[in-house]
Amino acid sequence: MLTKRIEAIEFAVLSPDMIRKMSAIEIKVPDTYDKDGYPMEEGLMDPHLGVINPSLRCKTCGQKMKQCPGHFGSMELVRPVIHPKFSKNLETLLMATCRECGRIVLKDEQLKDIIDATKDRSLDDRVKILVKKTKAKQKCPQCNAERKQILLDKPTNFFHDKDRIYPTQIREWVEKIPSKDLELFGYEAERIRPEWFILTVLQVPPITIRPSITLDTGIKSEDDLTHKLVDVIRINARLKDNIEAGAPQLIIEDLWDLLQYHVTTYFDNNSAGVPPAKHRSGRSLRTLVQRLKGKKGRFRYNLTGKRVNYAARTIVTPDPFLSINEVGVPKEIANDLTIPEYVTTFNLEQFKKDIKNTNRVIYVTRPNGLRKKVGDLNKDEIIAELELGCKIERVLEDGDIVLFNRQPSLHRLSMMAHTVKVMPDRTIHMNPTVCRPYNADFDGDEMNLHVPQTAEGKAEARELMYVQDQIISPRHGGPVITLMEDGVSGLFLLTLKSTEFTPAEAMNFFYEIGLTDIPKPDRGKNYSGRLVFSQILPKNFNIEFPSYTSRLLLQAGLIADPKEDKEFDSYVRIENGKLVTGIIDQAALGEGTGRIIDVLAREYPKDVLEKFYRDTNRLAVYMVTRTGITVGLDEFEPSETVLRAKEDAVREELLEAEELVRKLKSNQLEPIPGRQVQESFEIYMLRLGAKQKSKVEKQIISEKIREVIGRPRPKYNTTTMILSGARGGMTNLTNLMGLWGQASVREGRPRRGYKKRLITINKPGDVGAIAGGFIQHNFMEGMKVREYFYHSMGGRQGEVDTGVSTKVSGYLYRRLANSLKDLVVNYDGTVRTANKNIIQLVYGEDGVFPAKTKRGKVDIKELLRRSTQKEK
Amino acid sequence: MIKRLSDHVLVPRHEVVSREEEAQVLTKLGVEKEKLPVILESDPSAMEVKAKKGDLVRIVRKSPTAGETIYYRRVVG
Ligand SMILES: [Mg+2]
Ligand SMILES: [Zn+2]
Ligand SMILES: [Zn+2]
Repeated sequence: MLTKRIEAIEFAVLSPDMIRKMSAIEIKVPDTYDKDGYPMEEGLMDPHLGVINPSLRCKTCGQKMKQCPGHFGSMELVRPVIHPKFSKNLETLLMATCRECGRIVLKDEQLKDIIDATKDRSLDDRVKILVKKTKAKQKCPQCNAERKQILLDKPTNFFHDKDRIYPTQIREWVEKIPSKDLELFGYEAERIRPEWFILTVLQVPPITIRPSITLDTGIKSEDDLTHKLVDVIRINARLKDNIEAGAPQLIIEDLWDLLQYHVTTYFDNNSAGVPPAKHRSGRSLRTLVQRLKGKKGRFRYNLTGKRVNYAARTIVTPDPFLSINEVGVPKEIANDLTIPEYVTTFNLEQFKKDIKNTNRVIYVTRPNGLRKKVGDLNKDEIIAELELGCKIERVLEDGDIVLFNRQPSLHRLSMMAHTVKVMPDRTIHMNPTVCRPYNADFDGDEMNLHVPQTAEGKAEARELMYVQDQIISPRHGGPVITLMEDGVSGLFLLTLKSTEFTPAEAMNFFYEIGLTDIPKPDRGKNYSGRLVFSQILPKNFNIEFPSYTSRLLLQAGLIADPKEDKEFDSYVRIENGKLVTGIIDQAALGEGTGRIIDVLAREYPKDVLEKFYRDTNRLAVYMVTRTGITVGLDEFEPSETVLRAKEDAVREELLEAEELVRKLKSNQLEPIPGRQVQESFEIYMLRLGAKQKSKVEKQIISEKIREVIGRPRPKYNTTTMILSGARGGMTNLTNLMGLWGQASVREGRPRRGYKKRLITINKPGDVGAIAGGFIQHNFMEGMKVREYFYHSMGGRQGEVDTGVSTKVSGYLYRRLANSLKDLVVNYDGTVRTANKNIIQLVYGEDGVFPAKTKRGKVDIKELLRRSTQKEK
Repeated sequence: MIKRLSDHVLVPRHEVVSREEEAQVLTKLGVEKEKLPVILESDPSAMEVKAKKGDLVRIVRKSPTAGETIYYRRVVG
């Protein structure tokens, strides 16, 4: 293979001579096609510019559409115009040089001083200093000529004091600037001359980049660039006619300006101070700059965001019976995606059989490079030709490695490697446990698959990106791939103290996890849920920690010390792989905190955790389907005591609020230090609302917890979810069956509305609880009209915030990612940029990679223990 | 009133590294001087320790994860 290495890329400006030299033909005719639909000679669609018709040959290179690269043409401008993208450079030069002699308006010694002073500064800095020192000079020290001020009326009009100077004059001026002066501005004299910034000849791009489109109706539609070029030619021709006819100066100047306008918009149809050129339909034209710039431009859309082959995308659905490492690929997709494989002595016969009997092989490429698609008609021929060194492309099968991804790809874990499992459904299946790293849910989310094609690609994906190796997050050093929602609820229910199964029931669980070594019952004839759970733990596993539930119990005052909790047995103790006491919940399984997951991920071979997830998923699903996790309205029926607590809370709220208002009105209100009286009042009101709500909440919690945790089969599933940490908090329950409390907008009571009141139902100037947004009802009872409005005020804020924050954080992320993407930790431990400049002397200033830590901390004791253990 | 910048809790300690020490530091780090991050001569903290172009400035700062960390910048004009 021929390999070439790009050593450097140089950018320069095309000279008029170069444009003419590159030109395949000079374009003179403003039209594109004649009446019969043939391209006009010397027109914008002249076949010398390349071919876009597959049946024609190029008049310049004689090749057909696929081979011909397209050729530039040129267009002579009657009067020169300024290239709008270089007018700033012209401005700099004009400000710093003399119109008479072309020199920089500084004495030679002064110039030398500046050169010395800026020797190791950037070019930009030097140019800035040069302009600063020269622009106000009244006289040229080189030739004593008077100077006037240069003003650029963007984008292309130059003024000399008050007088307009035209491109021809500017051209004469900059032609005088000597090369050695230009070098100070960073111009390499041979490659760039400033007079080339003023166009005397315009390059006409090949038709390949501006093809005409023939619509179904047979009407030809031209590219925006072609439209713009037609404008340029038209005006150019009119200008020529008028000059030749000796038209008055004023008319010529107008046409000249018009030519400048068309050239300006041809380059950039969105430059400040120039009205964008419009299409007949009113849509503004997409010219050169627009093609490159922005999210939909060539760079971000087509180059950074290349579309690829060997990829698939469809809706995802959950499947807890898949391993976390697997992904369920629809048969239709699997039969469409291919993986190349080489024919060897080991597989030659198998492939022959496959080609004959199945549709497993789709393409065969012979060693000479000839590629054939396998079809019913040429099967036998292909089998006969099949030999060592052939490359076949076969369909995706179970066990293949693919990359799985969900946008927005915000972190490393947004793209992980999975093992394929071909499935009959038409959606991609995934284990719900990997939802969190992808941030996926199943309300219609779509995800992408990519199939690595080479051995290196497959190996890299398997070794670096495999799901089971990503369980500890590189962000916080705790588990991110964790059981969620029903999984947590299921294990919670399974490991409650009261959960017990008859041998028959227990066998179903054992069957689910494929257990053959059936243990002895531990509760008389029955099996406890905890014993069932213990079956999936490694035999040498030991840990103890307080469960999430025990923390809630502690908060609710139902237990004094989690360790000593005998009533609910909520403190987790696992001894030699046996769950002695404790409830398995969020604290054991959850993101960042999951204690069991944490230990399994760090201290056991990777497949132990994979197996653990396989089993927990099955146990949890079975448990949850058996019990049923569903919500009935009776769950939210408040008891007498709750009702009373609520009534008390509301009464107190109103009374105390009244008192606060009275104090405020009579100027007796004690302000909070550093606050004004009015501010303090608002804060007091807010605190009051929160206080009353928490009273009701306390009552609800203490009742609900007992009802769930004490029963053999919990009836209250909302509470189950809350206690296990699977979903929701106690506030949700209070909102449903207690009261909503004080509505809030931006950490305060809602303020905006009508003059002196929120809504017209209130009296103007009323600042009391009810007029200020206190909601004494709940979702079960339903709110009163005004409460509903208050509630909506808070709701709207939430809606707006999510909208704004995704937008803002998206942009922030883009900027961070762009500036950090090529920083690399080098072998010497330093963090450096692409050109080896140092950012950090030690990565993160502490040299610690969070994924290898325990939730961000280096556990020295643990490291010591493990290293000494290995010695033995 | 804060009279010196370095009196402020959030301003890390800056000090000029002597020429003799500079060579040691660079060999110890195994790093080329021109690849080090820069600080302007006109930077308020650099001015306070009278760092001049070409000097090496040591910055000692507190870090929530690493306790105290040492950073070096070369002074540019
Ligand atoms: Mg969704
Ligand atoms: Zn051609
Ligand atoms: Zn002069």
